[in-house]
Amino acid sequence: MTLFLEQLLNGVQFGVMLFLLAAGLTLIFGIMGVINLAHGSIYMIGAYAGTWVAAETGSFWLGIPAGLAAAAFAGVVIEFLVVRRLYGRDHLDQVLATFGLILIFNQAITMLFGRQPLFVSMPALLDGSVELLPGLFYPVYRLAIIVVGLLVALGLYLLINKTRVGMLVRAGSTNREMVRALGVDVRLLYTLVFGLGALLAGLAGFMAGPILAVQVGMGEQILITTFVVVVIGGVGSIRGAFFASLILGIVDTSLRAYLPGLLRQIMVGPEADALGAGISSMGIYLLMAIVLLIRPKGLFIRNS
Amino acid sequence: MKLKSSLLAFAAASLFATSALAQDPVKIGMITTLSGPAGYLGQDVRDGFQLAIDMEGGKLGGVPVNVLVEDDGLKPGNGRQIAEKFLNDEGVKLFTGIVFSNVAGATVPEIVDADAIFVSPNAGPSEFAGKGCNPNYFVLSWLTDTMQGSAGENATDLGYKKAFVLAPNYQAGKDAIAGFKRYFKGEIAGELYTRLDQTDFAAEMAQIKAANPDVVFQFQPGGLGIAFLRQYQQSGLLGAIPMVIAEPSMDHAILKAVGDAAEGLNVSGAWNTDLDNDTNREFVAKFQETYKRTPTMYAAQGYDTALAIASVLKQTEGKVEDVEAFRTAMLKTEFKTTRGSFSFGKNQHPVQDWYAMQVVKGDDGQLTLKTRKKLLSAHGDPFAGDCDL
Repeated sequence: MTLFLEQLLNGVQFGVMLFLLAAGLTLIFGIMGVINLAHGSIYMIGAYAGTWVAAETGSFWLGIPAGLAAAAFAGVVIEFLVVRRLYGRDHLDQVLATFGLILIFNQAITMLFGRQPLFVSMPALLDGSVELLPGLFYPVYRLAIIVVGLLVALGLYLLINKTRVGMLVRAGSTNREMVRALGVDVRLLYTLVFGLGALLAGLAGFMAGPILAVQVGMGEQILITTFVVVVIGGVGSIRGAFFASLILGIVDTSLRAYLPGLLRQIMVGPEADALGAGISSMGIYLLMAIVLLIRPKGLFIRNS
Repeated sequence: MKLKSSLLAFAAASLFATSALAQDPVKIGMITTLSGPAGYLGQDVRDGFQLAIDMEGGKLGGVPVNVLVEDDGLKPGNGRQIAEKFLNDEGVKLFTGIVFSNVAGATVPEIVDADAIFVSPNAGPSEFAGKGCNPNYFVLSWLTDTMQGSAGENATDLGYKKAFVLAPNYQAGKDAIAGFKRYFKGEIAGELYTRLDQTDFAAEMAQIKAANPDVVFQFQPGGLGIAFLRQYQQSGLLGAIPMVIAEPSMDHAILKAVGDAAEGLNVSGAWNTDLDNDTNREFVAKFQETYKRTPTMYAAQGYDTALAIASVLKQTEGKVEDVEAFRTAMLKTEFKTTRGSFSFGKNQHPVQDWYAMQVVKGDDGQLTLKTRKKLLSAHGDPFAGDCDL
């Protein structure tokens, strides 16, 4: 039972990380109609900037504003210089341009920091494990990620549903043309949304630093999963992205944790392990295919 | 520092370009992994190889060489395409550089079928060591099976009875687990295969905790290894369950990135910075002086590969077209390596010594890999018997 709870927490933690990335991606895709492959690069920039500052100053906490600022700045600059020119173009042009950005950022980071992964040590406050239930030890840092992720989700909910900017964002994701026709400064709105998405990606990147390796190409690894989240949750829906992230996080974790064991009950030896590993890495894509068959617009968008 | 080293490299390259005009240089095609999380592996292979060339003033064995370097991006398809391009457009007859077994699996057949030669500085899949061995294919590093097997030998030597094993789900990962089991005398408490692009191991940590073994053996190359060890520490397993690993999971770059989480880990491998022989001392000093970082075993293997090629070029006076002459010269093993003892088995894979090492705090307070004892002497591999060379 404690093992199951621990795996559940692992799933939620992975889901929360995915959400921080998916929230920005789904807004950018939903409101501006831009497929932004460079979102993963922003995640990487946040991780590198935050980790570098944390390592230079010796303070983990100083890394947070640095990572966030660098990511948001990179996001606004990308929007201003590149993405702004892509709004009217078709998706292939957008994919090409933002893929080019990935290559540029990866090379730039390699030139600045070298190829060897960076290391940030964890603050003493978040180090070690805590006993949640008798026998259930869980790393404090991962709990902190879950808490931060849920707080961000709450904040986004309030921002989107209770503020004027949020109203424009919602309007923009439902009917872009009408918002423009009503005389809203869409350019400013777009830059704002892009910057916000970048900020969240940077936060995810910096938080991933002490757990995962801060290295060139770290963004691409998680970007594909993030796109799966966006598709399952429904393009443009923050609520969809939130629930889809948690579902994917838990499904992916439990497949990895339990499938090989289940297969070993009905099969023998290494075949079970190999098959289990194979199916569990396909799991989220299978889930996406099934969702697309049943609800082509995503789980949280009403079919019209 | 970065800029300075690239300037140096540029200066070296241009110097060498002018000298290349004078004599007809031997083209060496280096296909290696320079981008992505594992990019530093290929970088070290390349830099170690280049160091040997620079120390000879742009030559290997007195013969000017021209190294063409391309990045395979850890994609087997890319490796194959680069090999085709080098073979057909550049007329390259001598190849090296591949780091990963899966890239080697797709690329090496392309090269040897075209009657060119491949000298591996790192990748050593078991499929080319037994029945699939080839006269044009030499391995200067080790077999994945033996490298990871040395961890099994180490675990047995340390007296552990019950092991939990995990590795990524690809050729080298499977070789690693097979190798570990071959040398480990105890029982296997659990066996897990992870994704090659997986960086979060929380689910695996929980399973290790539940299985409660004496020892954990894991093989996660490059950045994956850093993430794994750090998470192992965070989940509180580090003090509770000891770990044995082979050197690819704890090279000097990973050691630096993991930090204190690595202290006390039991590592095994064929090369270390502190191995006591002249070639190694010279290599480590020169590498640190040139690149301002501690060499990893990939750098040492790149350097050894260059020394081996140098000895062949010296004997054949720069002729690489005659495969038979190349082979005879290579198998004479008239070169020194950073590993001290080295010879070829009949499958043209190495026969060498293996060492148990431990991560300890050095006199300067920095963590370092210290060689503890010799585990295996002049050890070959179990596949050589199947090879008909």
